[in-house]
Amino acid sequence: MTAMLEVKQLEVAYGGIKAIKKIDFYVNEGELVTLIGANGAGKSSTLRALSGLVKPVGGTVSYRGQDITGVESHELVGLGIALCPEGRGVFKRLDVHENLLMGAFARKDTAQIMSEVDEIYTLIPRLKERTKQMAGTLSGGEQQMLAIGRAMLAQPKLLMLDEPSMGLAPLMVEKIFEIIRLIAKRGTTILLIEQNAQLALENAHRGYVLESGEMKMQGEAKSLLADPRVKEAYLGG
Amino acid sequence: MSIDVLLQQIVNGLVVGSVYALVALGYTMVYGILQLINFAHGEIVMIGALAALFVTNALIAVGVPPALALVIAILAAMIICAIVGVSVERIAYRPLRTAPRLAPLITAIGVSIFLQQIAILVFGRNYFTFPEIIPKTPMQFGAVIVTPNEIVIFVTSLLLMAGLLFLVNKTKIGTAMRATAEDQKVAGLMGIDINKIIAFTFAIGSGLGAVAGVMVASNYGQAHYFMGFMLGLKAFTAAVMGGIGNLWGAMVGGLILGLVENVGLMFVRGDYKDIFAFVVLVLVLIFRPQGLIGEKVAERA
Repeated sequence: MTAMLEVKQLEVAYGGIKAIKKIDFYVNEGELVTLIGANGAGKSSTLRALSGLVKPVGGTVSYRGQDITGVESHELVGLGIALCPEGRGVFKRLDVHENLLMGAFARKDTAQIMSEVDEIYTLIPRLKERTKQMAGTLSGGEQQMLAIGRAMLAQPKLLMLDEPSMGLAPLMVEKIFEIIRLIAKRGTTILLIEQNAQLALENAHRGYVLESGEMKMQGEAKSLLADPRVKEAYLGG
Repeated sequence: MSIDVLLQQIVNGLVVGSVYALVALGYTMVYGILQLINFAHGEIVMIGALAALFVTNALIAVGVPPALALVIAILAAMIICAIVGVSVERIAYRPLRTAPRLAPLITAIGVSIFLQQIAILVFGRNYFTFPEIIPKTPMQFGAVIVTPNEIVIFVTSLLLMAGLLFLVNKTKIGTAMRATAEDQKVAGLMGIDINKIIAFTFAIGSGLGAVAGVMVASNYGQAHYFMGFMLGLKAFTAAVMGGIGNLWGAMVGGLILGLVENVGLMFVRGDYKDIFAFVVLVLVLIFRPQGLIGEKVAERA
């Protein structure tokens, strides 16, 4: 069986400075895989390369056997890949409802979209109370929920989440992960980028550890959680 | 100086101002999405006027009823201007999208001169008479005199503005335009082809500009290759006055500028009319650089 997402020898550089040095990883259909690492380890650069926001200088990315290296980001949505960007990236000057509809931009099945929007409102009642409110007026946690809900409206087969817990209060982080677990349980494959290694590994099937642009460790999430090196570096001893 | 004269000038100001507003929308839409002052927009308006003039005359010459000829000519001018606007973006601005802001700005001025020269080659240097199709026979309303032509200009402008507001605020493509204006990268992640959205924005702005060009030409009865220059500067002033990037700002700014100019005419000689726009521009830049309608969005978190 070939992996859903397969990354080989990926290299990303910004003006000669290598942010990602030939990394390999894969994500199988139905898995929740996490990519952990400290600030500046290259997690977001990896995601940017996967989502067409930067062109990799080397390596390949394939999705369901198709080479998608350097494909424009707006074309990925049609293939079933959605990215929930770092810093949430909600449209602050659009209201909540419009933000959600933008997630479904590439789709034409209006009736189905509307029922999915309702589903998201049921799932995240906070959003329903604020449908006509500008997204910029929401709290950080609410914006993150909106960003995830919006990404789901693209009906992704593969959902990539970039640091969903960043800058959020612990209670809100727990809430966000509840939503992520729910999405995973429904069968969406997830690639999760996180600084919060503990939480990420607790929820993932497998994990990768990125350090200074290189892949340092990989394996079952459980065994990484138990690994003394991971413990020392990322889990606070 | 009587109240009658004031009323008359207010009416005149609203008519001229509604045309400024249409042109200002072209500036503000492009600015909103690219943070670019498209100084070539005035030339788009000029091309719209001249194209419509030539098409109208050609159609009338082959026996098409004048009113129908005018309608066809306006549609043709809108299409021509949309094509020119989209081409300018594609050829001149897109390659500079990530360049420092000064580069596209200077390019825009270059495009403006280029389009003027093209207009000279295609249409010539003459002042052309725009045929009087919608009558300009004065009609008396109390103390105020209005022509049917002016009424048509004003009403058409309002309808177009209402249409644009609907498009931008209530439709899917309009929402995508606002999303692209706010964050091009994230818009791309939503599956929005931002190049298409930007091209569409240029097409709409240029189409509105074309209609405005026809209005100016029919109001003053003439059109020429240089007409876009002053009109463009004034509409730009209107857009800045309202708050550039803001649709309501462009509309309000256009109307206010038209009013200021025409009411101001009560106090100075006609040849000084053009100074009002620039006095307004200077005052706005000093006292309220963000424009009359500033950003209203609260940002938290």
